[in-house]
Amino acid sequence: MNIHEYQAKQIFKEYGLSVPEGRLATTPEEVVAAYEELGPIAAVKAQVHTGGRGKAGGVKVVKSVAEAREAADAILGMDIKGHTVNKVYVEAGADIAQEAYLSVLIDRSAKNIGYIASAAGGMDIEQVAEETPDQIIRFGTNNYDFPEAEAQAAAVKLFGSEEAAPAVAEVMRTIFKIFLEKDAQLVEINPLVLTGAGEVVCLDGKMSFDDNALFRQESVVAMRDMQEEDENEIEAKAKGLSFIQLDGDIGCMVNGAGLAMATMDMINLYGGDPANFLDVGGSSNPEKVVNAFKLILASGRVKAVLINIFGGITRCDDIAKGILTAFEQMEINLPVVVRLAGTNAEEGKALLEGSSLIPATSLSEAVKKTIELGKGASA
Amino acid sequence: MSILVDENTKLLVQGITGRDGSFHAGQMIEYGTKVVAGCTPGKGGQDVHGVPVFDTVQEAVNVTGANATVIYVPAKFAPGAMKEAVDADIPLIICITEGVCVNDMVDIYHEVKAKGLTLIGPNCPGVISPDKAKIGIMPGPIHKPGKVGVISRSGTLTYEIVYALTEMGIGQSTCVGIGGDPIVGSNPRDILPLFESDPDTEAVVLVGEIGGDEEERTAEWMKSNFTKPAFAYIVGASAPEGKRMGHAGAIVSGNAGTAESKINAYNSVGVPVAKTIDEVAEMVKAHFG
Repeated sequence: MNIHEYQAKQIFKEYGLSVPEGRLATTPEEVVAAYEELGPIAAVKAQVHTGGRGKAGGVKVVKSVAEAREAADAILGMDIKGHTVNKVYVEAGADIAQEAYLSVLIDRSAKNIGYIASAAGGMDIEQVAEETPDQIIRFGTNNYDFPEAEAQAAAVKLFGSEEAAPAVAEVMRTIFKIFLEKDAQLVEINPLVLTGAGEVVCLDGKMSFDDNALFRQESVVAMRDMQEEDENEIEAKAKGLSFIQLDGDIGCMVNGAGLAMATMDMINLYGGDPANFLDVGGSSNPEKVVNAFKLILASGRVKAVLINIFGGITRCDDIAKGILTAFEQMEINLPVVVRLAGTNAEEGKALLEGSSLIPATSLSEAVKKTIELGKGASA
Repeated sequence: MSILVDENTKLLVQGITGRDGSFHAGQMIEYGTKVVAGCTPGKGGQDVHGVPVFDTVQEAVNVTGANATVIYVPAKFAPGAMKEAVDADIPLIICITEGVCVNDMVDIYHEVKAKGLTLIGPNCPGVISPDKAKIGIMPGPIHKPGKVGVISRSGTLTYEIVYALTEMGIGQSTCVGIGGDPIVGSNPRDILPLFESDPDTEAVVLVGEIGGDEEERTAEWMKSNFTKPAFAYIVGASAPEGKRMGHAGAIVSGNAGTAESKINAYNSVGVPVAKTIDEVAEMVKAHFG
């Protein structure tokens, strides 16, 4: 789960980090009011769950009421990588002397909690890592103790300043605490700035959290912005399904995440375009199948559906019964190809005989058949 | 022969009194796995399928001599269950549980390594050496004893591949489901050396998916450390960037973790990568002639 910059900064502030004064605004009037309070120099920043806001024109420095209004008109309602900007954060300008990059995250390669720090702040860190890897400082910890010595060494290098180092180390220490206490997967400050007055300030803030830890993070869950989430994906989660909407027209319902990806890949391989990722899990519960169908068909683009089930512990005849019950409960006028394999596949196939469902034996046959039928059907 | 589990494995089932633990304990016993003990705090003294239940892992180990454990407890209790197994120095710990918080895995991962134990999972189907022992949730009957080792990050996808192999008459020495989470106890580089030194494993199938850089690192490692024929299959080429595809670990960020990068990595060290499930089995079949 992701949160907005203004929310991350709220957390930073609670933990004692220095952030610029700011106001959240959803209308040009609110932006102007915030500017009048925070000016004469302020930044108007789009609040969306995606990177590259600056490049897309979603961040503007304003120096007058007129400019504030102009920025608000331009940014509110803007589309950034498919995200509509509904909120902006208006922030008092900072006197930037130097910019640096700092983050703490789960390092999948080292299997630890890792820091990435760089004197090259305010830029795309992936690009810095690619082009000037010597500008990247990395260190980490294999347990939950703050890596004090490495942090102190890195703190000096960030701004090349002994004077600022204790404050930088304190930021590192604080984001470690935030990371652990909030079950974050990423806490990123880009840029972390050194002001003309020698103060270390978090000018930006980005945080993402482990969905698996949300059960113990009420305050984080409360920050979820439903406008930024896909309604269908949230609904799917609530119903025990794992669903992701894609752009194609071949719906698919599969048990198991890996197999679901394999099925999507094969649809692509044979010239089709998957409409979704859907892991229905191991259950043969007809209600789950009905819910899955509703999600698949919701986009209105789907022309044919492929059900690919590998019966392991779940028996294929149980799954077949679930599918048949689902079909009794809802009207489905699309071609639906069913491929059952594994435990009790034959019994399952026998149950589907005489129904409108189209059987297939192998996965490749099923995929080809679904694509073919999709071409003849209308959405 | 086989790796990790066989007829000498004496298994403890943590969470044996729960719905999943009890069901799968029964399935494992039916398959022939030697299940010697169960553990559920507060339920010591009971028995499930005739298996004695203990309050603590240490007690279960002391009384029964269990040398492996499988964990079926709910996600929020799984880190505690793993730690208890680590503290009891059980050489092989297999955690089936899905949905474990990644941050909780950091110290467990490193403690397991420091103690020289083996952790498989979390979020995995388990390990099976066909006709010897099955530890986990995979369907026993689709497997067949033989000479191909399988390492996979996915559950049902592994079953598909094993099923395709078995259908073609190709048996397996051991199938290891390492799990789909961002931090799992064992990676392919931990399992491959075991297959390398297992005289009865003559080829290996590696099933990977998008996310992380483990496949790339595996390929690099194989170049100078693995001599047996290997075949790979990678899923997720069609996944959109930034979305988590069911498995917590299956997410593509930028260019890192893409299917293309992983396929190239394997190809560059002479490991052919199949495009479909059937093709994996066909490649192995063609190799053995």
